[in-house]
This record gives sequence, C-alpha cells and structure tokens, in this order.
Amino acid sequence: MEGNLNALTTVFTEFYYWATIPLMFFIHIGFCMYEVGASRRRNHMHTLMKNTMLIPLVTITFFFFGWWLYWAMPNGPWITGGLDVAAGAANTPWSETMGPNAGDRITGVFWAAFLLFSWTAASIVSGSVIERINSGAFWILAVVIGSVAWIIDAAWGWHYGGWMVQLLGYHDAYASGVIHAIAGGFALGILVVLGPRLGKFAADGTPRDINPHNPWMVCLGLFFIYAGFWGFYVACNVPIIDPPTIGGEITGDTWTATTIYLTPTTLGAITVNFLMSLSGGLLVGYLVSGGNAFWTYSGGLAGIITASAGNDLYHPIHAMIIGGFGTWCAYKLHFWVERKFRIDDAVGAVAVHGYAGFIGLVICGFVLWGHPSSPYEGYAAINPLGQFVGAIIMFFVLGFLPGWVVAKILAAVGVLRIPKQVELLGLDFANNRDEQAAAADVRATEKAAV
Amino acid sequence: MSTTGIESWAVDLKDVGAIYPLQGLEGLFVIIGVVLWLGWHVMQMRAEKADYDDTVSRHGDDASVNEALEGD
Repeated sequence: MEGNLNALTTVFTEFYYWATIPLMFFIHIGFCMYEVGASRRRNHMHTLMKNTMLIPLVTITFFFFGWWLYWAMPNGPWITGGLDVAAGAANTPWSETMGPNAGDRITGVFWAAFLLFSWTAASIVSGSVIERINSGAFWILAVVIGSVAWIIDAAWGWHYGGWMVQLLGYHDAYASGVIHAIAGGFALGILVVLGPRLGKFAADGTPRDINPHNPWMVCLGLFFIYAGFWGFYVACNVPIIDPPTIGGEITGDTWTATTIYLTPTTLGAITVNFLMSLSGGLLVGYLVSGGNAFWTYSGGLAGIITASAGNDLYHPIHAMIIGGFGTWCAYKLHFWVERKFRIDDAVGAVAVHGYAGFIGLVICGFVLWGHPSSPYEGYAAINPLGQFVGAIIMFFVLGFLPGWVVAKILAAVGVLRIPKQVELLGLDFANNRDEQAAAADVRATEKAAV
Repeated sequence: MSTTGIESWAVDLKDVGAIYPLQGLEGLFVIIGVVLWLGWHVMQMRAEKADYDDTVSRHGDDASVNEALEGD
C-alpha cells in the first residue's frame, strides 16, 4: 500500500466486506429458525442439524474449489474465451493469498462475503425438503448448489467480465437470479424426484396443510433474514473505486461505489430501494394472503428478491411496485404448482426465491432497457431478451437441471429419502425416546431419595 | 529459525507476503483437507443408514408407528 489514500481505500474496503459477513450470519440464523419452526415436533433437531451442517461443508468446499470456479470461468469457458487460468491461479486453495498474507488484505474478506452467499443458496433449498430427505444426501446437494452451481452462475452473470454480461447485457445487481432463481430452481429439481411428505396430498390430489409447529418462530426467522439481507446487499457493491482503476469508459476522477459489474450506484439508492421493495412485498403479501403472517413475511422477502436485479437503478416507486407484483405472482404460482403438480415445497422457497427471482430478472430487462450493463466498451446493453435468457439459464440450466440430476443419482443408489417408518415415527424418534428414558430414570431415582 | 519465515519485524511491510507456517506445503494441506472432507461424507452416510436401520428394526412395526403417531 503506497500512499495514504491507497492505504485508506484498502483498509476501508477490507473492513467494509468484513462487516457484511457477521450481518449475513443473521440470514442463516433466520433460515434455521424458520425451518425448525416449520417442521413438526418429531423432526426438530434433525431439521436444525440438516441446515447447520451445510455451513462447514459448503465452507470447506468453497475453499477447495468454489472460489477458483468464480475466477476461472467468467468466459464460460469457450464462449467469450478460454479458462481464465491466470485469475484462477491466484484463487486456488494452495495460493499464498488464501492464507494470512501481509501483501493482500482483500482476498480473504471477499472470499468470505461470497461464501456467505453460498450458504444462503444452500439454505434456501434446505427448507423446502424438510422432514423426508436423508441428511447426508442433502449435504451432497448443498455442496453442489453452494460450491459449484451458484458460483458458476456468478462467474457467468455476476462478474464484471462474465460472458452473460458481455453478450446478453445480463444485469442482476443484487442477485434476483444468481442466488434466488437458481436456488429455487435447484430446490424444484430435487422436489420433483424426492416427492411430497407422507399425507401431504389426498388421494384426489388435494393438498393438505401441514402446519408449522411454531408460526411465531417461523416469522421471527423471516425477520432475521430481512436483517441479514442488509449485509447481503452491501456485500454486492464495490464500496469505493476511481475511474482509472476501473479502466473503462468513465472519464474524470470522481470516486464512486459500484455494483459487482463496476457500474456506478450509491449506498443511498440501494438502501431506499431495499426498503421500498420490502414494503411493496409486505403490503401485497398481506392482502393476497388475507393477513396470513407467514405469507406476509414471505411476501416481504419476495418483494426484495423481485426488485433486486435492478435495485441499483430503480426509482423507489418502481421498487415498491415491482416488489408487490413479484409477491403476488409468487403467492399465486406456489399454490397453482402445488395443486397441479403435487409439489410439496414445505416453506414456499421455490416460489419466494425461484419464481420471484425469475420474474424480477424479466421485469428488469424492460424497466432498464438500454442502460449500459458495464463500464467497458462492447458489452450488450440491458434488454428484455437478454434478461429472459439469463433467467432461463439461472432457474433451469444451472438450477433445476443439476438439482434434478443429482437427486436422481442419489435416489438411484437409495440414499435420497429416509425410510417410510422413520418418516412416520419422526427423525428425532430414537433421540426423544432416549431422552424420555433418561428423564424417567432420574425421576425414579429422585422419588427413591424422598 | 521460524516456521513462518519471519524471524524479526525489522522489515519493510511492502516486502512481506505470506506469514503462515510451513509455506511451500500448501498442496499437501489441500490434499489432506479434501481427504478429510470426503471421508467425513462416507462416515456420516454409513452412520445415518445404521441409525435408520436400527430405528426401523426396533420400532418400525405397525403397532409402534401407530403409537408414535398417537402421541405426536
């Protein structure tokens, strides 16, 4: 770091990304509360552990190969160029910059910010498959979405040199597609193979409500996800950079915050739009669900997710209306798909993340039509067709397809779904019996001591 | 001698890079890490299957399942 300004910029950037990481931890706390609250009492602890253990597994695999994929694959490879070996080399698990290094203050915090997105992608999937998936099978799927599929989509569509940005004008500033649509699609791919929980559907296909054991805990979990979402939004920006460092078409010396594409935005813009899209989602979620707390809170989340693709640029009223519209669509689609295809998405994750994310990408193509997707010359501008193709890639190609294929393989070797008797007894059955026996033994001993 | 290669802080920091111990063995560390990761999956899948097999063999009869559902 030569010069005070460079030193200040580097240390500020280091601290900026670091601060997003504990904030994003709240997303995972929220997902755990939400998922456990939605499960029945007989499945609590297994449900909690299923979500919790994706943390270490996605973390170490993201270290082993996920981070390298992001830097090596923005060209496809072989779409706009080959494998980016040079950029990848600095981000291999054996690179000197991946350990404590006095010459590199940014790689570690940047890696961790991306990692927390990986957890989110896997955690979105976790809720939809509760109460019947084999934990070990889920953890393999978590690695596939968290350390492979989503990070390839990030290299393609959430990188300043990604081929989707260059050729399609793909714009997804706060991850409507690159996190939410892909995770929703991946969850749907698994659900098609996994099947519904026992008793979810009547013989004629009518869905039954399997109520959360603790609706209050579910809603509080969603509230925590809102809180963590602030870290997620902030982590999507480059906090401070000057045009010569960007090296694109921007002239002058005015420093700015940018999106991941290095296009200018401000923290003020995304703060207002986050709140307005949250509000649009909450307002519509409340109305469309008749005041149901779970769907109102989920509506808030769907509102943010729908508007996220363009929340760096939307007017706040756009953000509110787009958030509300996406929420309405997600709610209606959830119940339509559930009835039509007998898909048992226990927490509505496919709708809130997948459908809302997909719709948000398409809307962004119309509202931001013609806006430059990049500060670099020769990139396609944002456009409806590019966004639609991008949404298909996110939801189906990198989401649904890998989820379906890996779930099929796991099912073929007999490890995807738990045995029927265990599902009926409850995943925690053996543990609960041991605990009851231990408690009875203590009570008997205490009575004998009277 | 120092495992980190740093024996004194009488240096200009712009000349300092990696400061973790045993530099040069990163590839070996990664191989060990990957083996531990894959081994964990194998052990976990075996243990989970054994747990379910045990539960089904001890409590998987219709009467036990019905009793459990009554108490749910």
